[in-house]
Amino acid sequence: MTTVSPEDIDRDALKRSGDSIVKRLILPISAALTVIFCLAPILWQLLTSFKVDADIAAIPNVYIPSRYTLDHYRALFERRPFFNYILNSAIVSIASTILALGLGAPAAYALARLKLQGERILLATILLVTLFPPILLFLGLLEVIRYLQLGNNYLALIIPYTAINLPLTILVMRSFFQQLPKDLEDAARVDGYNTGRMLLEIVLPITIPALVTTGILTFISAWNEFIFALTFITREDMKTVPVAGAQLGGASPFEVPYGPIAAATVLGTIPLVLLVLFFQRRIVQGLTAGAVKG
Amino acid sequence: MDKQLELVDLRKAYTPQIIPVKDVSLTVKQGEFLTLLGPSGCGKSTILRMIAGLEQPTSGKILIDGRDVSRLSPGDRNIAMVFQSYALYPHMTVRENIASGLKLRKTPPGEIQQRIHEVADFLGLHELMNRKPGQLSGGQRQRVAVARTLVRRPDVFLLDEPLSNLDALLREHVRAELKQLFQSQNAPVVYVTHDQTEAMTLSTKVALLNNGFLQQLDTPEGIYGNPANQFVAGFIGSPQMNFLRVLCDGKSAIVGNSLIPLPHGVTAPTEVVLGIRPEHVHLANSENEPTIHGQVFLVENLGMHNLVSVQVDSVHEPMKLRALMGMGERVSSGSSVKLAFAIESIHWFDATTGDRLSGAPAKAGVAKARYELSDSPSP
Amino acid sequence: MEDVIRQRERRTGWALTIPALLMLALVFVYPIVRAFWQSFFTQNLGTQLQSEFSGFANLARMAQDGRFWQSLGNSAVFTVFSVLLEFILGLGIALVLNQTFKGRGIVRTIAILPWALPTALIALAWTWIFNDQYGVVNDILLRLGIIQTGINWLGNPTLAMVSVIVADVWKTTPFISILLLAGLQSIPSDLYEAQAIDGATPWQSFQQITLPLLLPQIVIALLFRFAQAFGIFDLIAVMTGGGPGGATETVSLYIYATIMRYLDFGYGAALVTVTFLLLVLIVAIASYFLNRSRATSGGV
Repeated sequence: MTTVSPEDIDRDALKRSGDSIVKRLILPISAALTVIFCLAPILWQLLTSFKVDADIAAIPNVYIPSRYTLDHYRALFERRPFFNYILNSAIVSIASTILALGLGAPAAYALARLKLQGERILLATILLVTLFPPILLFLGLLEVIRYLQLGNNYLALIIPYTAINLPLTILVMRSFFQQLPKDLEDAARVDGYNTGRMLLEIVLPITIPALVTTGILTFISAWNEFIFALTFITREDMKTVPVAGAQLGGASPFEVPYGPIAAATVLGTIPLVLLVLFFQRRIVQGLTAGAVKG
Repeated sequence: MDKQLELVDLRKAYTPQIIPVKDVSLTVKQGEFLTLLGPSGCGKSTILRMIAGLEQPTSGKILIDGRDVSRLSPGDRNIAMVFQSYALYPHMTVRENIASGLKLRKTPPGEIQQRIHEVADFLGLHELMNRKPGQLSGGQRQRVAVARTLVRRPDVFLLDEPLSNLDALLREHVRAELKQLFQSQNAPVVYVTHDQTEAMTLSTKVALLNNGFLQQLDTPEGIYGNPANQFVAGFIGSPQMNFLRVLCDGKSAIVGNSLIPLPHGVTAPTEVVLGIRPEHVHLANSENEPTIHGQVFLVENLGMHNLVSVQVDSVHEPMKLRALMGMGERVSSGSSVKLAFAIESIHWFDATTGDRLSGAPAKAGVAKARYELSDSPSP
Repeated sequence: MEDVIRQRERRTGWALTIPALLMLALVFVYPIVRAFWQSFFTQNLGTQLQSEFSGFANLARMAQDGRFWQSLGNSAVFTVFSVLLEFILGLGIALVLNQTFKGRGIVRTIAILPWALPTALIALAWTWIFNDQYGVVNDILLRLGIIQTGINWLGNPTLAMVSVIVADVWKTTPFISILLLAGLQSIPSDLYEAQAIDGATPWQSFQQITLPLLLPQIVIALLFRFAQAFGIFDLIAVMTGGGPGGATETVSLYIYATIMRYLDFGYGAALVTVTFLLLVLIVAIASYFLNRSRATSGGV
């Protein structure tokens, strides 16, 4: 007896309803439109960043320039400490990621495995807290930072970013821990592992893929953050990339350096583009794990 | 000193309503292989986990070699366990998996090597030593899990449904291997399963549990031949035993058109449950046995036998009787038959409590039956 | 007899959780509580250094504050249109991605990019695209002959809002589509097969299977997206700064200006508190309806 696979049934059913041609047309067109839709603005900035000023200001627009220049990129590094911006963003993002994982993973484990009283309330609270827009929080935090004199200090960003990333970390890691077979921990106990060693030597190595996935998500979120970075860091050489990029001004108030701005956009997004390209599968996994928690 | 595992009045209550283990006491001696058998929810896994130390009893004690281990963590009890899913550490090689328990106990490296080598010989694991569990087949993983317990030389072996994840053919094969393997070991073995074939073939003793209570603790032959109550009789034996609820007059039971004398020492009840296994029911061929007339309504071909279902002629409620007949005895659906069975093969049960009715006193180790869902303490 | 194992578990559990909870409390709970308290005081660092208690004065001022109400309206318009468009488009893209076709992985990778890039920098890109003289949008429209002179997108109150919404839809739609895609993929395919055998058209399958089963996830995603859109800052701040003439100034921008530009902390705190309460109210109402729909639809 031949087995019928789902794809066969779908195609048969569709042929019966006479939709196959339409499907064959709609699908590739939609896919193409989606791709164009997503890439267009990015590609346009990429192109602009290499155009000479004359082409940038050309009307009608130049789509395929005959000349290219690296001047805008050079301007970024000469007139501004762009390298510092990148370094700042990197330091803050990496530090807050590590902290978020370090605080969030144990909490996620506890919520997944150990039956705590009020677990439902805790989870609901953690979820609820993700609804608070940062704009509502920055005033209180501003005062704290002023009080602790942490203005223009990496910590002023690292700590809020860690907190912002904790809910996602906890939720994603928790769903991961819930899927870990409980037998493994039982076997470890029977072997003689105490809780500490078990977590470190048995659970942690298995958790690493999930940690990487979550870490990527938190890194992206921290890199892209704007309000806190804008408010808490005012010293030029300590700014993060998004803030610095948005504040790029020309020599005079009337001159908007579209070229360097485009270059800044490209540079500021390259790390993330690379991340997405390499870790696309993980990112989607992490997002859906965090989202499908219901 | 002789190795021995003892459970004394073991009881586990999660909440006042959820009590998976109500009152279990038993002993497993050196060289014995005890199976905890029963339907899902009967408490067998909970008991095993309590022996392992993965759960704590609400009351009662667990003694290993005379020591009270009830409060000790699993690592301190010197027990070893094979899990249903094998629970091998995925990030460690087979060798590291097997060695982990020994390393934690600070066994000298030389001895670890020697024991691993022995066990690898024993189970044929040499080529697999450097692989990770993800690269092994189900059967191979199972062997590694067993190796992990053997190498520890524990005081008690615990196995939690280790065959249920294997496909049917492999299961038979591994079952035989396990039996031989543990026969050569010293320490008592406690094995949990819901499959009665495994229980009957592997064990020296079977503990049949239902709803948290121990129904019968006996050898496989004892449980099959002398079931303590209707539940045990119905659980053990495939196809299932026939139960006929019949009226009595004084000393005999009225079965269809025959009168079957009740065993000695049974006080006259009005109703009784007659139990007879299908394999003991055959076509009547003599006048010495009680006969039952009926009509065949279903014949199922089981390969070597036919399972024949018969509607019994009766003036009272309709009764069904199933007989296991060899291929020589040919009956067809719709025909009338006369069935017979030896009086000695009959199991009598009390119509209300389900307990076995017999003139002889209850055998040692046979527990009282519990049917009520309410939790009444043992009288 | 006390269950020692459970006790130990519980203690470990709390030890592992409390550091994270403390951090969450500091960053999320404290500022809200503080804002609530502060809103009862007048504290304008521009006019006076000392804060003084003024009860509901700030609230009264807010009721009269035309700019506040306008910002609320802008927030509402922005949020509703953005979220609506994102979901409709997102669902469409998700349905496309749900089919197996060559290059699906590539499309999915590209779909993640808008979400992954910094909003502020993307806002710069869109500002350039909508530029009245040199922007691509005008260029294309001019070439197609749809318009004769360049439209001043960001200088026109209505069009500025349109531009900002377009940018936000671009940024978030792919993310929504991935969420919905995950939901779509969690629907067992045998349901569709059964429908196909019954002779249902794809549209009927969509109505009877896809939509009902996806609904819980849609609503939850909607809730989160709503809160996000309501509090949006980076995009609008960079693209229009709230202009022209406050046409795109949302509540978040108004709050920021009040605090950082006018240094009016007391009033700012009041704005924060009211916005927060509004948000909570809307989420609560939505959750109520979500629970009710769950109870009546009965999950699969």
